[in-house]
Amino acid sequence: MSSQQRDPATGERDEPPATVPVPSSSTGQRDGPAYLNSRLVPHPPATSAAKARRFGTWYLAEQHLRGMRGYLDIVIAYSVGNPLVYLFAMGIGLASLVDANSGGGAFGGVSYLQFIAPALLASAAMMTAAGEFSYAVMSGFKWWKTYYGPLATPLTPQQICQGHALAVTIRILAQSAVYLVIVLFFGAATSGWAWATIITASLAGVAFGLPLMAFSASITVEKGQFALVQRFIVMPLFLFSGTLFPLSTLPWFLQWIGWISPVWHATELGRVLSYGYAEPGWLSALHVLYLLALAGGGLVLARRVYARRLEG
Amino acid sequence: MPQTTSRPTVIAADQLTKRYGDFTAVDAISFEVPAGESFGLLGPNGAGKSTTMRMIGGVSQRSGGTLRIMGLDPEEQGPEVRAHLGVVPQEDNLDQELKVRDNLIVYGRYFGLPLSYLRPKADELLDFAQLTDKANARVEDLSGGMKRRLTIARSLINDPRVLLLDEPTTGLDPQARHILWDRLFRLKERGVTLILTTHYMDEAEQLCDRLIVVDRGRIMAEGSPSALIRQYSTREVLELRFGADRNAGAAEAVEGIGERIEVLPDRLLVYAHDGEAALEAIGNRGLSPLTSLVRRSSLEDVFLRLTGRSLIE
Repeated sequence: MSSQQRDPATGERDEPPATVPVPSSSTGQRDGPAYLNSRLVPHPPATSAAKARRFGTWYLAEQHLRGMRGYLDIVIAYSVGNPLVYLFAMGIGLASLVDANSGGGAFGGVSYLQFIAPALLASAAMMTAAGEFSYAVMSGFKWWKTYYGPLATPLTPQQICQGHALAVTIRILAQSAVYLVIVLFFGAATSGWAWATIITASLAGVAFGLPLMAFSASITVEKGQFALVQRFIVMPLFLFSGTLFPLSTLPWFLQWIGWISPVWHATELGRVLSYGYAEPGWLSALHVLYLLALAGGGLVLARRVYARRLEG
Repeated sequence: MPQTTSRPTVIAADQLTKRYGDFTAVDAISFEVPAGESFGLLGPNGAGKSTTMRMIGGVSQRSGGTLRIMGLDPEEQGPEVRAHLGVVPQEDNLDQELKVRDNLIVYGRYFGLPLSYLRPKADELLDFAQLTDKANARVEDLSGGMKRRLTIARSLINDPRVLLLDEPTTGLDPQARHILWDRLFRLKERGVTLILTTHYMDEAEQLCDRLIVVDRGRIMAEGSPSALIRQYSTREVLELRFGADRNAGAAEAVEGIGERIEVLPDRLLVYAHDGEAALEAIGNRGLSPLTSLVRRSSLEDVFLRLTGRSLIE
């Protein structure tokens, strides 16, 4: 999904005029609703199909983003409020105790605020993904059946899946950008590469979210599974991913949670990028590969589940 | 719009089959629909009508047989097939997060249509569906009939020549149904091919040029509503009620009057060319039903004759 695939139709440049001339005698005498005497002529079906094949994922993402506008106030309040709450509570409040007692060496020479900021950023991306790839998926299939409207159009089930994923990715990127601005305002990122944590944090969001999307799409009866995901997957991943303390300080039998956690991988990358945390280059590469593999594998699986369920 | 004598075939189904595990929902049905025709699938719930519609609409893969829509195979060229169609599903699946007008515009975007076309088109369609004053309302604030009209308006956003309607008026009150029928009739007059499923005989009689009667996944009969009634029923029907326990007993006494008698749990149907004469004959035998009614035969009678069951159960 590269940016050059953007639909030229939204620019409305290469479209022929949407109206065709009619004899003036027929315009004045309208019989019944205007639709029946419409001068508006759409492009032919073959054009619709060709456009949908190329840009269908974007069309569906557009629908989701328009839908999100309906709760834009909540999206904004969440994007701004969430970082403020966490940064004040942990980066300022808790940090004053931690920094006073750690002697400055515990976090590789940086302040506690600097240490946790990349972790909070990645965790927030995961938490948003947890909402948008669970209840919203169930709504598409079952509660509001929003997937079945576009299914009757030239779009394919795979595009319905991808469009939803794309819209959420865009939301997570935007949210992470807002988050980073607030992090910078707190003085918690010093490197010139800090901007790239927007991408690594969002990667954590989709690496967690796309496999969850496949799982959500396979559920036919929601009897509390999503609440369990929140409590027993999202919260442990937030707490045990080297977020609030280095992973190495955990007992060995809990450290595996960090290794499989997208949040840990994105957090470590974020620390490298935002304050120059030293780790071997191969390890950073491994973080990126792991996150991409989770996201890619999740998308492949989700596409399959969507196709099976929508075309059954 | 002038009708030509050799109209192209819009839908061609041959031995079309759909199985779910051991259950055969659609059992090797074959039919063709020429352009401009109003074609109905009449049958009770669970007859396989919706499954057939979903295969025609290119959203369900068939288990056997062949299917061509505008000459295209919906399994191989799904997007191309669906680009030709307007679809009104059985269950409204409007986007609850969007306003009424935005539902039309967003749906049109799925066809790659530009906003310069969609904005004025949406206004025309709102007018057509008598929803202009609801343009900025939330979908959940609409009544059932309004939602149905919006769903039909949505299906017309790409100006389709073929419209698939799955149970278009189920659950609507009589007035809302008549508004919908009027709109569908106008589309038909404009040359749009209508494919509709229904279990309402009056709807089928009003809207369909030709229909197939479907039961348990099979075609029981095919023809125009009037031809089917002529073929499978008499001109008139005399409905008699003798009281819940006495209908079956009265059937023996009525034997010989009319061409055929059906005993239903609540009433007796006497099929006769002349209903009034049949009623007189019954009076002459000294029988006095609690109520009696003479009516024209309908597709309901055709269905009863073909399957031994009622359409609405």
